[in-house]
Amino acid sequence: MHTVIKRRTGLASLNLRELWEYRELLGFLAWRDVVVRYKQTYIGAGWAFIRPFLTMVVFTVVFGIIAKLPSDGVPYPILTFTALLPWQFFATAFSETANSVVGNGYMITKIYFPRLILPLTSMAVAFVDFLVSFFFLLALMLYYRVTPSPRILMLPIFTLLLITFTIGLGLWFAALYVRFRDIRHFIPFITQLGMFVSPVAFSSSIVPERWRLLYSLNPMVSVIDGFRWSILGTAPLYAPAVIIGAIVSLLLVVSGVYYFKQTERVFADVM
Amino acid sequence: MGDIVIAEGVSKLYRLGTQATAYNVLRERIGDMLRAPFRKREAEAEVETFWALKDVSFSVAEAEVVGLIGKNGAGKSTLLKILSRITDPTEGQIDLYGRVASLLEVGIGFHPELTGRENIYLNGAIMGMPKSETRRKFDEIVEFAGVSKFLDTPVKRYSSGMYVRLAFAVAAHLEPDILIVDEVLAVGDSAFQQKCLGKMRSIRSEGRTVIVVSHSMSTIAALCQKAIWIDQGHVRAVGPTGQVVTSYLSEGAKNEISWSPRLREPFPLNYDTVFVARGDTGESIDPIPGDVPIDVNLEFTIDQPLTPGRLEVRLGTDSGEILFTTTSADHLAENSHAWTVGSHRFRCRIPANTLLPGVYHVSVTEPRGGYTILRENILSFTVSEENNLFARDARPGKIAPLLHWTLNA
Repeated sequence: MHTVIKRRTGLASLNLRELWEYRELLGFLAWRDVVVRYKQTYIGAGWAFIRPFLTMVVFTVVFGIIAKLPSDGVPYPILTFTALLPWQFFATAFSETANSVVGNGYMITKIYFPRLILPLTSMAVAFVDFLVSFFFLLALMLYYRVTPSPRILMLPIFTLLLITFTIGLGLWFAALYVRFRDIRHFIPFITQLGMFVSPVAFSSSIVPERWRLLYSLNPMVSVIDGFRWSILGTAPLYAPAVIIGAIVSLLLVVSGVYYFKQTERVFADVM
Repeated sequence: MGDIVIAEGVSKLYRLGTQATAYNVLRERIGDMLRAPFRKREAEAEVETFWALKDVSFSVAEAEVVGLIGKNGAGKSTLLKILSRITDPTEGQIDLYGRVASLLEVGIGFHPELTGRENIYLNGAIMGMPKSETRRKFDEIVEFAGVSKFLDTPVKRYSSGMYVRLAFAVAAHLEPDILIVDEVLAVGDSAFQQKCLGKMRSIRSEGRTVIVVSHSMSTIAALCQKAIWIDQGHVRAVGPTGQVVTSYLSEGAKNEISWSPRLREPFPLNYDTVFVARGDTGESIDPIPGDVPIDVNLEFTIDQPLTPGRLEVRLGTDSGEILFTTTSADHLAENSHAWTVGSHRFRCRIPANTLLPGVYHVSVTEPRGGYTILRENILSFTVSEENNLFARDARPGKIAPLLHWTLNA
């Protein structure tokens, strides 16, 4: 085994084989975060249900019953939860990923491992919650006797889009946060305001046609619409939005990885 | 045997104050842009830099145990961080041939909520040990740490000794070709330290390469065949341990027998100078023969009346052990002085024929009104073998005092 230590630059240092060799570490760190989270709480894994459930109840009451927003003929709780599922994943995964490098600073200054492991670990942990919530949604559909359409087979594609967008944005913020600690105040801002900008509490069909393309620049629009479309089979999918969302997400991932790799060599120095 | 570590022209440039200002950078940049959007940003041009390492080259052969020595801030830690791949060199290159493990700290990633068993696997993975290997060595690790009864207890309930033993045990069972170690030997009780030293020796006998940083010259001397002396970011000397350590110690001591804090701070008491001198002639020279009293002189100024006041002098050996602590109030019934505003000087005399030959480090306390801080290892002096009782017969013991013997008294 021959290792060369010298100044690294840009994407040339993106060593995927090495990342693969460290997959066990990723597994262990993710396992640690999951186990620790539930060891410290009384309700434990119940939190994975409770958070989306309570949000769903509040949304149903405020928007469905009080504001009477249209629900495309689906029980409002299900309409909301189908959107909350990807949104909660985005909110959790994004803020955890953005925090992952600074939060593990003590490891970064003491030992070497591919730094990308840290944001990837946060993504993995959030994905576990996502799966738990997904089963909750299935139970909810059973309760309201909503039959999923065969389009549910398309769900992995929208999940992939969701993951791509989240990690792209997360990587940017994780690296920026190391250098600019102001980012800390910006992260909750994105997850809170983002929810109102994205069609979580409403159906994107209420957005006027001429604004649709601009609105689709937020990839969460196509993700949430895609989730609704494949799970509930409601409104037809607006294809240009999905393409725009995918392009934006891919650009974010490529530039995010690049910026992360570019910055990571100073992580230990400024930590 | 061939070289397994080859460093060529390794340099590391740090920007001064990076750490302190990192938080403010965004605000500053935005502020600069708002104030003078078209002017070239001055802040960037003015950043002060310094070379923590400059043009460091060396090589380590297979199965060699090498010690890195040097003063605090000489660049040892930076070199260790570069070797461990925690930070990149600014210039130069290091080639490592083999599996590398670095121990800058033991127990990285240990989580208090997890059990001993869980932490062993987690820490193993962080240190680069595959799960299968950890499983294979699991019993050995547990036995080495002596925590078998508490394997399923969260480590937050461990005593600090148990915690450190477990952490070290995982580290000790890594099987790298090249091991990079930072002073982690100084952990645990003395029985455990012996165990660790034994482990280090067996690592050496297994033909592994070790690079170790330590402030303890006795550890370096006991473990290493070769030493590299880093001084102000440069390699000052490379060679057989004995030779390098000796020249390091004599040089270090020569430079540091007097200490004056650079800044005066608004504290009630400020040191002007602390220096060591021969008790017989008053000359501030080094080394000092064994049969001469040694004076530690403390010159200080009191700006505000300070009661109760007392100063302490602590003498440490080169292996980091505290030999003794003495205070200016030991002979007073009320345990403190009533000092007046103005300049004062204490002379603390260590009797002739007390210390073994070697290097000693002086620490002093600084009362700050209400609390006291310890200024550690501010200066060092050397006791030579000349006229030293120890030099006659290399008698065992930590001091070699000349005592009164009376026959049939």
